[in-house]
Amino acid sequence: MSKQEITLSVNGATHELHVEPRTLLVTALREELGYTGANVGCETARCGACTVRVNGDAIKSCMQFAVQLDGAEIETVEGLAEDGNLAPLQAQFQAHHGLQCGFCTPGMLMTADTYLKDAENPSREEIREAIEGNLCRCTGYHNIVDAIEATLTEGAPTNE
Amino acid sequence: MYANDFEYYRATSVAEAVELLVSNEGAEPMAGSHGLLPRMRTGEEAPPVLVDINGIDGLRSIEETEAGLSIGALTTHAEIARSELVQTHAPALAVAAQAVGDIQVRNGGSIGGNLAHGDPRADLPAAVLALGGSVSVTGPDGSSSIDATELFHGDFKTEVGDHEIVTAVEIPVAANTASTYVKYRNPLSGYPLIGVGTWVQTDDGGETIEAARVAATGNLVRSMRLEEVENALIGSAVDKSTIDAAVAEAAVDEELYRQDPQASAAYCNHLLAVRTAEALDTVLAIETN
Amino acid sequence: MSDAEDRSDKRVFGKAIKRNEDIPLLTGSATYTDDVMLREMVHLAIRRSDHAHATIVDIDTSEAEAMDGVIAVYTGEDVVESGVPNTIPTAWMLPGLVTPQYRMLAVDKVRHEGDGIAAVVAETPEKARDALDAIEVTYEKLEHVTDPVDAVESDVPPVHDEAADNVAFDFELGEKDVVDEAFEAADHVVSVDLRQPRIIPNAMEPRAAVADWDRGTEELRIWMTSQNPHLHRMLLSAGTLGVPENKIQVIAPEVGGGFGSKIYHYPDEAVTAWCSMQLGRPVKWKASRMEAYVTDCHGRDHTTTAEIAVNDDGTVQGVRVETYAGLGAQLSQFATATPSYLYSTILSGEYAIPAIYCRVIGAFTNTTPVDAYRGAGRAEGIYVIERLMDVAARELDMDPAEFRRRNLIPADQFPYQTAAAVIYDSGEYERAMDTALEHIGYDDLRERQKALREEGRYLGIGVGNFVESAGLSPSGLAGDLGAQAGGWESSIVRFDSTGTVTVLVGTADQGQGHRTTFAQIAAEELGVDIDAVNVVEGDTDQIPQGMGTYGSRSASVGGGAIARGARDVREKAREIAAHQLEASVEDIGFDDGEFHVVGAPDRSMHIQAVAAQAYLGHNLPEEMDPGLESTNFYDPENFTFPFGTHVAVVEIDPETGAIDLERYVAVDDCGEIINPLIVEGQVHGGIAQGIGAALYEGAVYDDDGHLTTRRMDEYAVPHATYLPDFETENTVTPSPHNPIGVKGVGESATIAAAPTIVSAVVDALEPFGVTHLDMPITPERVWRAMGGGD
Repeated sequence: MSKQEITLSVNGATHELHVEPRTLLVTALREELGYTGANVGCETARCGACTVRVNGDAIKSCMQFAVQLDGAEIETVEGLAEDGNLAPLQAQFQAHHGLQCGFCTPGMLMTADTYLKDAENPSREEIREAIEGNLCRCTGYHNIVDAIEATLTEGAPTNE
Repeated sequence: MYANDFEYYRATSVAEAVELLVSNEGAEPMAGSHGLLPRMRTGEEAPPVLVDINGIDGLRSIEETEAGLSIGALTTHAEIARSELVQTHAPALAVAAQAVGDIQVRNGGSIGGNLAHGDPRADLPAAVLALGGSVSVTGPDGSSSIDATELFHGDFKTEVGDHEIVTAVEIPVAANTASTYVKYRNPLSGYPLIGVGTWVQTDDGGETIEAARVAATGNLVRSMRLEEVENALIGSAVDKSTIDAAVAEAAVDEELYRQDPQASAAYCNHLLAVRTAEALDTVLAIETN
Repeated sequence: MSDAEDRSDKRVFGKAIKRNEDIPLLTGSATYTDDVMLREMVHLAIRRSDHAHATIVDIDTSEAEAMDGVIAVYTGEDVVESGVPNTIPTAWMLPGLVTPQYRMLAVDKVRHEGDGIAAVVAETPEKARDALDAIEVTYEKLEHVTDPVDAVESDVPPVHDEAADNVAFDFELGEKDVVDEAFEAADHVVSVDLRQPRIIPNAMEPRAAVADWDRGTEELRIWMTSQNPHLHRMLLSAGTLGVPENKIQVIAPEVGGGFGSKIYHYPDEAVTAWCSMQLGRPVKWKASRMEAYVTDCHGRDHTTTAEIAVNDDGTVQGVRVETYAGLGAQLSQFATATPSYLYSTILSGEYAIPAIYCRVIGAFTNTTPVDAYRGAGRAEGIYVIERLMDVAARELDMDPAEFRRRNLIPADQFPYQTAAAVIYDSGEYERAMDTALEHIGYDDLRERQKALREEGRYLGIGVGNFVESAGLSPSGLAGDLGAQAGGWESSIVRFDSTGTVTVLVGTADQGQGHRTTFAQIAAEELGVDIDAVNVVEGDTDQIPQGMGTYGSRSASVGGGAIARGARDVREKAREIAAHQLEASVEDIGFDDGEFHVVGAPDRSMHIQAVAAQAYLGHNLPEEMDPGLESTNFYDPENFTFPFGTHVAVVEIDPETGAIDLERYVAVDDCGEIINPLIVEGQVHGGIAQGIGAALYEGAVYDDDGHLTTRRMDEYAVPHATYLPDFETENTVTPSPHNPIGVKGVGESATIAAAPTIVSAVVDALEPFGVTHLDMPITPERVWRAMGGGD
């Protein structure tokens, strides 16, 4: 079908692009715009590897067509670090070995980063519920929960 | 997999959406897309035309009306779950909305789409059925209301017509009521294996159950009311023996369950009874409002 | 602990250093195969069988070929006609093994749901997918079989004509007569029937390949999701495509998890390369998750009758096992080795068992091929012996931990020749077991269990001991047993002229942190800063030779090759230093990167300065060549044998059968620890997969031979809420034959966790007379075991 013109703001930069209606947001980000951080791991909204922020909310970017999001503000994992410095959450993932193969990590970070904006003293069980929509096959989640918890309690790692 | 190719239209009003549905053979409305899109990517559905209703103003709100609550069709699960109005007046719906999927799905999916999609696994239908809700739809012949009991036909089919748009969900609110939703998550899908919505209304003294609705969802062919359970409650005293008598009725014909790789119909029926008991324990212990 | 003191003089080896590979992974800049986008690249999609077993009567591709954006459609016949070798070989021969030709695309019939039939190349992946539906395949359906026992016993048409009874091999280990005698003489014989279901690995990154054939140079470059790029180079050359090996470059960029599923030379990646060769354009293929479920290798699939002979004094006298192993429709590379040698040779577990016999019937079925999945063979074997230890303890009315302890191989018996043909290198089994039991408070838990049972609450304590044969080597032994490849690993350790170190190694990381741990090994040996070391993996044009990453081999075999290479480099540097410091080599000490003349500490030279001299070449010892690097092929003298004890505590909800996993303690001994952070991570992930298998996962085929667990919302990869926090500890028993004392840890916890969890649940259900439940132990299975549904 004919391509449609849409505008997406990605990490603050505005992009105009032509997409087929069936083009998923994640496909547009990865293949049209080169933001390959978000990954595709399933087609049934289970894995969460594609999670990005859309207008402030964590969303699975393979569960939206790009045309639906004309004018939306998208934030991806590529936007988390500032001036080449890891954000506290990213640094805690490294400090706590909260990633192994890294494929789920961009989505995991975007879910956790969004969650942290409102979270107040969550229990470990609540943190686990917050990342329920992000599968990780490598870590068993323990260290991911540690990293999120540590970001809340100490911000960036203090043991540098 | 990739979704099929389709024509895409973005409607800016309900009337325009209806017009687009009427004029395009096979067109489907799309709200949050979390129901339809995965089925397009698994090849289960291939609509030739999608009418995006996200751009329609006024469909994303939660308001108190004379009858109760009116929830705009595009209101997300996350918005419903954190709404104080819903938590206060329709707790079953708030609990069910919070039980949907995960954070991202709750941010992306909307109530109107969820109900119109007719996924028998969904959480919300049990709550809406228990709360005695209805959906407002608009089609070529104008607007009408579909009671939740008429809504779910099973197998992704609903009473909503091909050319109709769900615009709102209406939840009646009454005094001396309590409601909740209990989910037993299917570890495979994240959907409920069994979800039970319950709503009861007592007399002013909170001693007798005057009205009750109990509904189930999950591994069933469709979300449904459990009338035998309700009948065992209505007119009975608020006590343990009433719950026991009601729970004894909490079973459906085993043919009404779908196949699951890890749960038989007999086990699902057992869970249905256990979750019904939990739900009733909760609502009958809650101080009614 | 004494071993901690042993490591205290190390600078970086043994330290919990943050991973240096994390930054690109955390910032989204890492390149996975699907991130490779080339100019003029086109996209491949593969039409797959919808049937479990059918003759292909006709394939009509005309409509698909005419579709907008479609460049080419190929069938299995086209591949045959192209004249390429078109054979995916198995990597391990067994006596009497039946080896039907395994082609890149099916030609005569389809043998499992998901079998590749035709390939569509189109301008976009979406258009390729659209064209799949337009290919008309006419089938004649055949009866099918998905269960390995049925495959042998029923008379459905065989999967391959070459194996009329579907038996690919009939394997024996041990002397049956001798073992039968031991059973005759024993006070008790207890048996248990076990079903270990298929597990689908579910690496988060689906498989993918980007192939780029250069028509001018006739060279193939292929990026692929590979655990062993050099094996894939060899198999693409000798097995499927016939391109000379020296004209193939395999690149495994970031790989998003493997767990065994990316060892196999699958048809799909070969088809991707073949399509690029036909078209002279880069071709990308990536699996959808649904495609992955029916094409990625599955693991396990064992149906077993296991028996144990025990005496009244609580000693095990013998073990006798018969297993039907489902191999799937074709022989993958490790289809044969996994259920035969990798399985039978670990059946002694941690125990002194005088007599062991094992028979394995490998059966073709109309299912997705089985290959290595984390713990391959060893997981199945340890599961068998640990279940037997539980049922035997119950028979003798002994505490299962005490019964296990009584049969442990004592620490002073190593190296220990088991009755299952292998020699365990080292072990302090009782120390690890004590550590685990003390950590969890075993005796108190038994008291609590007793008290709770009085209240109608069901607590279960599961103890799982394990030992693992890791490294899959040495080459000579493997060759004697049928391996078609060596078990060595290769490294090049090279000082650059400016003093940095490049380590090239033939292992291939999929998340294990090789770039950090291997840098720690080299930095330790060479006395340089870890930041001065760059580890390069996953590119066959950069790393000349290698065997890849599987079987918990990378740290022990790859790490061994790096340590040995680094030592060679250090010794050459010592000679240069001696020459330039005008001292004899014997008088040159080495400390923290500094060569110095013994007794004259001011006469010294840093190894990085020596490196500069080695490349300047102005002043080298007579007859020494310039340069400072070493190529090392390390072929271990034995497997390594990691071991440990895991303990789980569960409570059962008597109403629903739901299992609450209250605590999980893992004590692992993987020999020397290079990086505790990474060892802990491997243990965590391994536990998660073992718990997944025990409680949630398991592939299911329906009566039509369709996989009913073929999507991510139909198969339960554990989510965060499904798992508890893990409590981990280590003991350290170095491997005596490994250059750095390490044993490996990649698979240990997966091997341990499944039997530990099953043991705990069965323990909780003891009051109901339950002695065993098959995995996955779903709430319904528990509910029924407690009498529900009766």
